[in-house]
Amino acid sequence: MIISVASGKGGTGKTTIATSLAVSIGENVQLLDCDVEEPNAHLFIHPVFVETEAVSTPVPRIDDSKCSLCGKCEDICQFKAIAKIADSILTFPELCHSCGGCWKVCPEGAIEKTGRRLGDVQIGHRNGVTFVHGRLRVGEAMAPPLINSVRSFANPDMLTIIDAPPGTSCPVISAMYGTDFILLVTEPTPFGLHDLKLAVGAVKILNIPCGLVINRSDIGNDEVKIFAADNSIPTLLEIPFDRHIAESYSRGVTIAEAVPQWKDRFKKLYIDIQKIVD
Amino acid sequence: MKELVVISGKGGTGKTSLTAAFASLAKNKIICDADVDAADLHLILHPKIKKCTDFKAGHSAIINTEMCSACGTCRELCQWDAINTSFSVDPIRCEGCGVCVYFCPEKAINFPEKTSGQWFISDTRLGPMVHAALGIAEENSGKLVSLVRQEAKKLADEKKKDLIVTDGPPGIGCPVIATVGGANAVIIVTEPTVSGVHDMERVSELARFFKVPAMVCVNKADINPEKTEEIAEFAMENGLKYLGEIPFDPVFTQSMVNGQTIFEYDSVSNTSKAVKNVWENVAEEIGI
Repeated sequence: MIISVASGKGGTGKTTIATSLAVSIGENVQLLDCDVEEPNAHLFIHPVFVETEAVSTPVPRIDDSKCSLCGKCEDICQFKAIAKIADSILTFPELCHSCGGCWKVCPEGAIEKTGRRLGDVQIGHRNGVTFVHGRLRVGEAMAPPLINSVRSFANPDMLTIIDAPPGTSCPVISAMYGTDFILLVTEPTPFGLHDLKLAVGAVKILNIPCGLVINRSDIGNDEVKIFAADNSIPTLLEIPFDRHIAESYSRGVTIAEAVPQWKDRFKKLYIDIQKIVD
Repeated sequence: MKELVVISGKGGTGKTSLTAAFASLAKNKIICDADVDAADLHLILHPKIKKCTDFKAGHSAIINTEMCSACGTCRELCQWDAINTSFSVDPIRCEGCGVCVYFCPEKAINFPEKTSGQWFISDTRLGPMVHAALGIAEENSGKLVSLVRQEAKKLADEKKKDLIVTDGPPGIGCPVIATVGGANAVIIVTEPTVSGVHDMERVSELARFFKVPAMVCVNKADINPEKTEEIAEFAMENGLKYLGEIPFDPVFTQSMVNGQTIFEYDSVSNTSKAVKNVWENVAEEIGI
């Protein structure tokens, strides 16, 4: 089973929930941190990394000696990554989406594939938790292909927990697509509610069952609970604000480790999710 | 005219609450919300929309099944596995690259332009605002950010404003790159946690990559004074202006619930003073 932990709004506690859930289950579980722009789960799991792989995406390089300047590659490229200027073809690799159109269309076979580095994937473990995360190269714009690389490590024989990035656009969709359950983490504030509504919209498009964790559940107002009830979204866990939890978080300690009785609540959360998925 | 962008790397550090607060202190400015993916600034500023424009970007492939001979060329060429065995395109997976459209021997694939969101010019009690809403599960957030920034500049020219205060998105990817490039300065709002520090370092590296001067302020500073100290030291060692500290204070949540800036909710608290102090440091640093 794959559970993705998502939120819409940033900073609601996705990483806290994903890491606490992984640590509480503690065996036969893998945590994939797909927030490749700002991966944080490792700061709470403290994994021993055993492997680092560079991830690249193919981009075109023009062999001028073969190029006939027909311009077909410029025409097919939807992303303005190839331009014919005077008597040469220029490429802008950072705009390339690696669709392969230019290689396929070039009648002269003048386009070679070279790589643009997206970032790294690191694999590690701590105790019974297998850990994988992606780290987007600073300056690289495209997160989705690196997220897909991280997801390729999903092991169907294990419980897989995905820590998704914030928002509702392509990186989040890449992290949630094809998962079995989406655990939405929110806080009961106007910003939390507004972005939760967007996240629920994305979940509906993907047609995946979901449930809610309300973090800092005693701040703000009741609007999130009303919204959840109106939309038949089950609230699976509420975590009141606790300065001790916040301070532990600041030092890289999960809730499950800061307040041990939470471990059982996270185990129960997993059982509740299993019931919904089955 | 100067453009000042508020970013954070990590989400939830207080970017939007502080942008609203800064916007109320800044004079003669345009407000811009560049977090088009999950925009929240309007929940405090309650903009009255004057002009709403569709944002058209990118295309999506649609197979005309009557013309399709099921040859499989499109499925073979698609790099995104967006076309299933019954030859329908999953719009969520489709990248809009058009390779299937080009190579379909039956010319059976249409490629209409998509409307991916909307952008707005509005009035607020704090001044004119340019903002946007990207459609759910849409791409091209970077393009929409660039458009919103461009329109904010145009509006600032028209209305003879000296400053644009921009609320940026979290992360360091496409929309953040589109927000930061060419700005006069960025304010990084961080928090004294392991995640806050880690993400602040990465987003400050991004600012350096794009040669935009960066300033740092620490929100919720008393949650972990040692980490706050660490951030101040990092700022000093890396040539980032250190703007100061704002305490952890439920007043931010309460003012958000009321749809107000922190000053409208409580202008005399120590937290309000701390925010004012941070803004004075910003104003001095960028010369406004």
